[in-house]
Amino acid sequence: MTRPAIELRGVTAGYAGRAVIRDVTLSVDAGERVALVGPNGAGKSTLLRLVTGLLRPTAGEVLLDGVGIASLSREAIARRIAVVPQVAQLPFSARVEQVVALGRLPHENPLRGPRPADHAAVAAAIERVGLSALVGRDARELSLGERQLVLVAVAVAQAAPVVLLDEPTVHLDIRHQVDVMDLLADLNRREGATIVAVLHDLHLAARSFTRIVVLAEGRVAADGPPDVALSPDRIRDVFRVDPWVVGAAAWASVPPR
Amino acid sequence: MASRGQVVAPASSFPSAGLIRRRPIVLGLAGLAALAVALAAGVGFGSVAVAPGETLGILTSRVLGLDVTRTWSAATEAIVWDLRLPRVLTAMVVGVGLAVAGATFQGLLRNPLADPYVLGTASGAALGAAIAVLIPVRIVFLEFGLLHGFAFLGALGSVVAVYRLSRIGGMAPLTSLLLTGYALGSLMAAGLAMAMHLSGAALRQIFTYLLGSFDAASWGRLAGAAPLVLVGVLLVMSRARALNGLLLGEETAAHLGVDVRRERVTLLALGSLITAAAVAVSGLIGFVGLVVPHVVRLLVGPNARLVVPLSALFGAGLMTFADLAARMLGEIPVGVVTAVIGAPFFLVLLRRSRTGYEL
Repeated sequence: MTRPAIELRGVTAGYAGRAVIRDVTLSVDAGERVALVGPNGAGKSTLLRLVTGLLRPTAGEVLLDGVGIASLSREAIARRIAVVPQVAQLPFSARVEQVVALGRLPHENPLRGPRPADHAAVAAAIERVGLSALVGRDARELSLGERQLVLVAVAVAQAAPVVLLDEPTVHLDIRHQVDVMDLLADLNRREGATIVAVLHDLHLAARSFTRIVVLAEGRVAADGPPDVALSPDRIRDVFRVDPWVVGAAAWASVPPR
Repeated sequence: MASRGQVVAPASSFPSAGLIRRRPIVLGLAGLAALAVALAAGVGFGSVAVAPGETLGILTSRVLGLDVTRTWSAATEAIVWDLRLPRVLTAMVVGVGLAVAGATFQGLLRNPLADPYVLGTASGAALGAAIAVLIPVRIVFLEFGLLHGFAFLGALGSVVAVYRLSRIGGMAPLTSLLLTGYALGSLMAAGLAMAMHLSGAALRQIFTYLLGSFDAASWGRLAGAAPLVLVGVLLVMSRARALNGLLLGEETAAHLGVDVRRERVTLLALGSLITAAAVAVSGLIGFVGLVVPHVVRLLVGPNARLVVPLSALFGAGLMTFADLAARMLGEIPVGVVTAVIGAPFFLVLLRRSRTGYEL
């Protein structure tokens, strides 16, 4: 029997004694494509921090491939999971390809540094995310959207079997949103990558993901395919808006008042 | 976004990839050559003229143990072997130390304005040195006086205090470190001012320490400081991966496999130890630790695997030339020379760099 890529068993966690995630049990199998949605403060980002081991649960346990995360080194976690943050601030100027190369750090020998295979992986990641035109540019001069794509390329270069994304499309125009979603689908289909993305855009979630986990007040409110997990009633309950469902591809449009 | 059928380009498709990869090697060789010139000039020139042939003769007879016919006096030999050579080598070691400590603190704190003194090492060392001057006891152990010992302990002690105090309260660790460093530094500056007020005739001695000098360099002091600095620098080099990960922030560094908590303590300890060893033998010399890592980054980019060793090389060269200039100008404080060279150079680089430095 294969172990789930990510498994949370009765996890409670939070900050400074305040529980943000409450008794969550959830498992994601290798090769799944999961969107994590929910209102602000529902605990989506906290859930990601639990899965990457940056936050320790106060109760319950987190397992990666059946192994307790507390027993894994940072390096071992980084070889399993790549994370695309919302934004990153660079303190010094760095060219796009130098930033993307940071994705290879978990594969590097600490003393010897990157090898030719690492350079090739960086070049391939740049090509795949469509950043070739930005090679040589200072990453700090790029637009927010371009920087977000650079962070996606870092994760692609990291070549981990699981990719977590924290609102990867907030700064992207609609074209690039669709491109990033298609890239994730492609990573999922061709490399078998497990994708878990925190998303605010329910359209995008329903369009590109096969499984939707709705988080509300630190608990799993719904979990299933888009038409089940994002039913009009559920959206009304969780997000407190009156949705206007337009066909199968566009869930939860909110009509003007 | 690449369409599905598109061919993945090989690494060599980067514009001028070859040039970018070769540049660090070229710069490294240029740095080594400059260092050799600095060594020769530093030993060859001084307030007393010594013929190049005699200098060479003294060095070969001492280093290689060759039986060269002595054409020089014992005083000349003392000038070259006991004064100039340890002085030049001390300048090199201190230059290496300050530049690498600067690169370490800038990378660790993710702050381009950080320098080796940012977490209180400078004010701690200065206060230690001033107290040593005020104590009317003279102890000398292996050429290390009370002043060197107190400066070293003051520098290390202040970082330990800053680190421990910064862990109180819920602020982000880096912000907290910087602010605590500033607060404690100000407090120690007050102590230093009081010590200077009380010092009377010894004021000049404190003042000399604050401005930095290699005047008092000796083989014994070099033997004390050099191992600490050089081992520290090698250990920082072995942490290059952590420094690279920190470029994108502490959380992202953790996602890239860096054990941030452990590396933060390690790099903080190494940077402080290197700085303390350097300032104990040289006093407070500014600008080298701030400027050299920036110059190197502008030339080769932010990769710590290149920034740390090249900073060491350039720091050594700059400090040796600065000390030579200080000597030739009649023993003015070397800190004045590094500031006069460093500040305008830094401004030019800032103007030329396209993005400048955000705070």
